[in-house]
Amino acid sequence: MSETSSGVSGRPDLKRFATWDTAIIVLTVLVLVVASVVVDNFGTSRNFTFMVLDLMPILLIALPMTFIIVTGEIDLSVASTLGLTSSLMGWFWNHNLSIEMIIPLCILIGAVAGVLNGFLITGLGLPSLAVTIGTLALYRGLALVVLGDSAVADFPFNYTGWVTGTLGDGSIPNVLIPIIALAVVFGIVLHATPIGRSLYAIGANAQAAHFSGIRVARTKFWLYVVSGAVCGLVGVLWTLRYSSARADNGAGLELAVVAAVLLGGVSIFGGKGSLPGVIAGVVLLTALQNALRLEDVSGQALNIVTGALLVLSVLLPNIVTTVRGNWQRRRLRQSAAR
Amino acid sequence: MTPLAIQKPRKPAMNFLKTRELGIVLALAALILYTTISNPRFLSGQSIRDNLLNTAILAVMATGQAVVVITRNIDLSVGSVLGFSAFTVATMMSDHQGLPMIVAIVVGLAVGAVAGLLNGVLVRYGKVPALVVTLGTLYMYRGIVYQWAGGSQVNADELPAHFLNFANDNFLGIPWLVLIALTVVGGATLVMRNYRVGRELYAMGSSPQAAELAGIRVARNLLGTFVLSGALAGLAGVLFAARFGTVDASAGTGYELNVVAAVVVGGVAVFGGSGTVWGAGLGALLLTVISSALAVLEINQFWQQAIVGALIILAICADRLVAVRIARSLRKRDAHV
Amino acid sequence: MFRHRLAVTVSAASILTLAVAGCGGTTKESTDNSTAGAQAPASANPNAALKEGLKIAYLPKQLNNPYSDVETSGGEEAVKELKGEYKKVGPNDASASSQVSYINTLIQQQQDVIVIAANDPNAVCPSLNQARAAKIKVVTFDSDASKDCRDIFINQATTEGIGQSLAKMALEQAGANGGDIAVLSATPNATNQNSWIAVMKTELAKPEYSKLKLVKIAYGNDDDQKSFQEAQGLMQSYPNLKVIVAPTTVGIAAAARYIGSSSYKGKVAVTGLGLPNQMRQYVKDGTVKKFSLWNPADIGYLAAYAGASLSSGQITGAEGDKFKAGKLGDYTVGKDGEVVLGPPTEFTAANIDQFNF
Repeated sequence: MSETSSGVSGRPDLKRFATWDTAIIVLTVLVLVVASVVVDNFGTSRNFTFMVLDLMPILLIALPMTFIIVTGEIDLSVASTLGLTSSLMGWFWNHNLSIEMIIPLCILIGAVAGVLNGFLITGLGLPSLAVTIGTLALYRGLALVVLGDSAVADFPFNYTGWVTGTLGDGSIPNVLIPIIALAVVFGIVLHATPIGRSLYAIGANAQAAHFSGIRVARTKFWLYVVSGAVCGLVGVLWTLRYSSARADNGAGLELAVVAAVLLGGVSIFGGKGSLPGVIAGVVLLTALQNALRLEDVSGQALNIVTGALLVLSVLLPNIVTTVRGNWQRRRLRQSAAR
Repeated sequence: MTPLAIQKPRKPAMNFLKTRELGIVLALAALILYTTISNPRFLSGQSIRDNLLNTAILAVMATGQAVVVITRNIDLSVGSVLGFSAFTVATMMSDHQGLPMIVAIVVGLAVGAVAGLLNGVLVRYGKVPALVVTLGTLYMYRGIVYQWAGGSQVNADELPAHFLNFANDNFLGIPWLVLIALTVVGGATLVMRNYRVGRELYAMGSSPQAAELAGIRVARNLLGTFVLSGALAGLAGVLFAARFGTVDASAGTGYELNVVAAVVVGGVAVFGGSGTVWGAGLGALLLTVISSALAVLEINQFWQQAIVGALIILAICADRLVAVRIARSLRKRDAHV
Repeated sequence: MFRHRLAVTVSAASILTLAVAGCGGTTKESTDNSTAGAQAPASANPNAALKEGLKIAYLPKQLNNPYSDVETSGGEEAVKELKGEYKKVGPNDASASSQVSYINTLIQQQQDVIVIAANDPNAVCPSLNQARAAKIKVVTFDSDASKDCRDIFINQATTEGIGQSLAKMALEQAGANGGDIAVLSATPNATNQNSWIAVMKTELAKPEYSKLKLVKIAYGNDDDQKSFQEAQGLMQSYPNLKVIVAPTTVGIAAAARYIGSSSYKGKVAVTGLGLPNQMRQYVKDGTVKKFSLWNPADIGYLAAYAGASLSSGQITGAEGDKFKAGKLGDYTVGKDGEVVLGPPTEFTAANIDQFNF
């Protein structure tokens, strides 16, 4: 699929991101294989369920985040939107709304949070980094206002049990269904539709995209709405998984999501990256964390690894390009001298 | 608006700066007035002192961040650098009780400067965007502290008295912490406004390519900027350890967002090239006063974060408004010439 | 046009939501949430020998908390006596969800006993029940999980005992004329702090406490800095404050540090539950006259023996089960699977140097 992305704009330096995509996918497979062999209890089906549950929030939010970063923007308010919907879910439940109504309502509220982001960014032309730092504080603050420091926990078991449960014989976790469905939809949209191509165009050069007939502001606006809606969904899933609606749910998750997306080879300047790379990035981080914990290595070692991988994901391709450039120049000089 | 500030630093630019920072000052004054009317103790000596002490650490970090943001970069690693420095200094002081305060400060600055240098080198020579680098080092520096501390903690009773007293001692009636913060904010404001290197940083933020072409030593300036931000976060770590006395590996977690918020509220544009350091200092003061005013006014403490968020959005909207107006007036003037 | 479409989409979505809601569904009131415990009650064999080589894992609220370090150190000692394998894991922040991944890991590692201080009584429940389904015994200490998902809870002292002792210490230190008192607690949904405060309030309603007025319950979230600032806020808001009662070790240390370094020293008393090592300095300089606590190391110690007895089949956690806990002597399981450690100790300048934890 990396061919698709490199085919989109055909710029030569896209190739090196395609290589990073491949590298991260290979690395992820390698880690999974090695961990299954070396780490006791890693390759069991129960552990697989645990891992899927752990990666669910990051992976789902990373899907729209990839779109947004590809267009050269960012959304730091995602974790706070998650917290807000989780809070509201508890509040609605306490006010005796039915869970069947609460779930779509929460997704809708997430989308509304995205509408505010989108309006401030595309309607008023404000920088997305600053806006979403503001709404990061605002939405988390509203979450606290709604539920304070209390927790709501008595959600019906057939819903909480579904989220933590498995399909039929017990080797495939239920939540894998929405994860795969959403990943496939987002993947097709990004890599096989004109919409996806327009996102790369916007990220590569918004002005050029505008003049070639792409409605830049409108596209970006809807990306934020989608991002908000997905965060609303994740807020619901998170709440049901821990059967606990709290205002501080998911705090700090935004950095993990952005880190995973960048690690997956998406350029922070926009225009480059692929969804398979991002998914590999999320799986890599989760699998490493899980394996290290099973080996009783403190979770903090992983922080160092995450940080280093993040920097390396951009640094290594840059070094390769520089070295290759120098080498080519030297060869040119040599052939000129000859 | 920034090229203007460089070419003719007189009337329009000064007016603009005045209105922007004046806005914060007015908001601050209104808030203090309202709070004091409902509870006069808000203006008592102890309360003013507490507010200033709480602002000091944030203001020191906001100074470094403002300079970084003015050059169109960002430093998200400051919270982790603070934790690193606080834990280093606290461990050192508890092991060597006799060390004077100045050694603690120098060590804190040095630890931070090294961390900042690594950020700068990666940004400049690795050509990695600052957001990515500092997000990466945010994780790395924090991870290193956790590895090192391993869940241990330095308690107030293990620290020498002179170190802890530093946070409460006064010099000419003003607490040391506040003096340090004032010096840092004042010094940086002066350099950024009146010195060549300061104007170069604004130029770099306005247009990085143009700055490079104009012969500005971009590499040196950029490294210096990150070293400054790191060193000030390191200094903030020392102040944190002295003020709170209890230091574990999680010290300063999440501070980066407060610092960026202070800078943005203080009128420094995230796209670089405009804003002032003392505006960022005022932003830090405003955020601190809001949180203590809410406690005094007995407004549900949960509203605090929502208000801060709304304020950030308001601040960037205001900036945008001013920028649009200035651009329009510039266009008009150009048309007349 | 663009705005128009947005409006249409949003209203369509709301109509859809309402339509779904109209069909009725699962609401809080319609739900009967009786999740049964995962294990069928086995019968206890009081004569069974304690097994050796048991893998006993401690999962405190968070790792870098000196109080839980002392608790788990007692556990380590007991596990050594039991010839078992001791292990301590945990998150770096005390958030509700962070413990779940650690429980999952312990399940995968097939531990025999999980000793946990729950950050949130419900968030850990599904995982703990999975652990119990995998034949792992679950003992809670310090902060209980919902009683459906653990076998035994080690209670440091009875809730009544602590609440009464807090109220009594506040009265003693408010002076002859009484005055305003405030509570500086941990998080607002910390299980045990809330139950102690509830008892304290009932005590304060009694006539002998009429001179005291509880003006505020502030929350420092067991975060040193937040507690420090909350103490500061209390002093600004309540000029007549006489006593700050902090039923948490983080809160009392932070409050004592603030009062000790401010102009309120000597005018406002600080009391509550604290660790002697952390409080020694403030007791000696007069900021704090008296505070109390049980010996936290004994909690961890007792939890290990309770877990080993469960795992060996000596007890099942039913009311009336009896077991021996090494140097601490005999214990009986009470109602709802609770085991009470004993009465708290009061610390003053006179006796504080006899304690080192």
